[in-house]
Amino acid sequence: MAQYQNIFTQVQLTAAPEMGVPTADSDLHRTKKATFSHWMGLVGQAQIGPIYLGWLGVLSLVLGIIAFEIIGLNMLASVNWDPVMFVRNLFWLSLEPPAPEYGFSLFVPLAEGGWFIYAGACLTLSVILWWVRTYKRAAALGMGKHVCWAFASAIFLFLVLGFIRPLLMGSWAEAVPYGVFPHLDWTAAFSIRYGNLFYNPFHALSIVFLYGSVLLFAMHGATILAVGRYGGEREIEQITDRGTASERAALFWRWTMGWNASMESIHRWAWWFAVLTTLTGGIGILLTGTVVDNWYLWAQQHGFAPAYPDTGVVDPASMGSDG
Amino acid sequence: MKKLATIALAGSLPLVMAACEVAPKTSEQTGYRGTGGNQIYVSDELDMPDVPAPPYELPEDTGGPRASEVYENVQVLGDVSVDEFNYLMAAITEWVSPDEGCNYCHNPANMASDEIYTKIVARRMIQMNQNINQEYGDHVGQVGVTCYTCHAGNNIPENVWTLPEDGGHPSIAGDLNGQNNPVIGTGYSSLPEHAVAQYLLNGDSLDGIRVQSNDMHPTDNDTTTMDTEATYSLMVHMSQALGVNCTYCHNTQSFGDWSISGPVRSTAWYGLQMVGNSNEEYVTPLTEWFPGNRLGPAGDPYKINCTTCHQGLRQPLGGYPMAQDYPALWNYSAPNAPIAPNMRPDQVRSPE
Repeated sequence: MAQYQNIFTQVQLTAAPEMGVPTADSDLHRTKKATFSHWMGLVGQAQIGPIYLGWLGVLSLVLGIIAFEIIGLNMLASVNWDPVMFVRNLFWLSLEPPAPEYGFSLFVPLAEGGWFIYAGACLTLSVILWWVRTYKRAAALGMGKHVCWAFASAIFLFLVLGFIRPLLMGSWAEAVPYGVFPHLDWTAAFSIRYGNLFYNPFHALSIVFLYGSVLLFAMHGATILAVGRYGGEREIEQITDRGTASERAALFWRWTMGWNASMESIHRWAWWFAVLTTLTGGIGILLTGTVVDNWYLWAQQHGFAPAYPDTGVVDPASMGSDG
Repeated sequence: MKKLATIALAGSLPLVMAACEVAPKTSEQTGYRGTGGNQIYVSDELDMPDVPAPPYELPEDTGGPRASEVYENVQVLGDVSVDEFNYLMAAITEWVSPDEGCNYCHNPANMASDEIYTKIVARRMIQMNQNINQEYGDHVGQVGVTCYTCHAGNNIPENVWTLPEDGGHPSIAGDLNGQNNPVIGTGYSSLPEHAVAQYLLNGDSLDGIRVQSNDMHPTDNDTTTMDTEATYSLMVHMSQALGVNCTYCHNTQSFGDWSISGPVRSTAWYGLQMVGNSNEEYVTPLTEWFPGNRLGPAGDPYKINCTTCHQGLRQPLGGYPMAQDYPALWNYSAPNAPIAPNMRPDQVRSPE
């Protein structure tokens, strides 16, 4: 019988809550209470709180909720405020960017895409304030800033799609609509317009890092869970001892593929792969339409696209007949 | 027992999935290996659909009297023999108004009269039919079309479209931007709904359909991603109309590149020209003749698109060349004949 002993946390400690180390500003912005949840304890720590929100966190949440409401209410309005249609068609509904004739103007009538600009502004501010918050909390704890820089990479892609590329192209119409299927249709149409995004080398890199991230996450997660029976989750303290979970994990990969990452370097691998996914992706989007207008032709020019036999089909429009 | 029932219930779940098609399939390679150029059909679909036989065997034209010499007010088919004229009238009745009979277009007391609007429409449609068979051989080939290709026994073909109502929305209420609505025409995507109206209204409305640049660096191509969605939506319409996927015509390596596309893409290109031209020259000019209940919300008549003829098949009627039995539908004898020389739109009536 297979043992999946780590699907849920096996042991929950119940004691006086850990209130966290004191910091210079802890009295101001950290909540005073903490509680325990058995159910949350099954998948993580059982202790809930205290949370440090601060004015950055509060403002970020407020702006995020405003953006969420603008998008949601616009979707609801688009089906004539019909709650049934809203639920039924939710995945199809969208808040669309302004049409091309408005260019990159900030003064667009609300119903013509003005709401889109406001939603984007609120969402962008919200995300940036949350980024500052992650930076300041890391600083307060004396940590490195790895989380915020990774987050910044994702924000970069978000800004490229919704702000920087539309700015460079001079049109809000280039931005991605807020909607589930609409943004997917946009993605497909974007690829078609610019001659097949698969021939954009930065898009290719982004996919490599995305799938690489998945692979690394699977390898690392599996390794740690597999040595959980020896306390493998206590990574660092085990590194130097023989027979520990850590040594077994390392030996497993050295015996399997001849080499192993270390307990520290595996996280560097994962961090860089994740960060480079959105960074290369953002560069790829940024170059599309601004520097390269047809990636298929670009890839042909650079020996990047495979050549298939000519089918002999000729553009009828070029044959001097309009039918 | 309860466990068994649960297993049986869980096991039968896939059967309720509507997207699963259990019928036997036929797979056919249509493009270079490795490009996804293959089509998969439900094998039954390849069988010929039922097509009505000619009313009787058409006697050979021995140079007897022409229709215009025997009947009054024959504007378009005046040059065909009386025999063939009657033969075609019988066939058209079967194709378009099998229940209503001749009286759907004719006043039985005066067959020559143009007082019923459907007769005037039928004249123009015969001209359209001749025009398609004569001028668009690149699309219809020797198979050709007849009234039945679209009408299939219905007064109005089942698959038609009209222009959307004016979308001038003063507020966000009820404004879906002409998209974001799951309808069959867009394959239940959130693509623009009215691509057919945008591109197939008339002969030159296809101008914006090409979105990709012919240079790798930006030039003067200001087509937006939004515009591209409209082309994409039209392609979904074509795909649905024919029951095929993108690779039936395209090598998806580059949708725009003709030199790696399949030959049917060229056929489709002529088809789009044909549909646009037919709507512009033959359907829209009839607007004033139609009664209100035959017009769409924007006041325009029902128009054709790819589905009107194809109805989910790669070739309408499975490619059965029924038009070969009706030579008058190929004879381009009176392309510009007046369709109602003695009538004004306010003088016509609907069939009783």
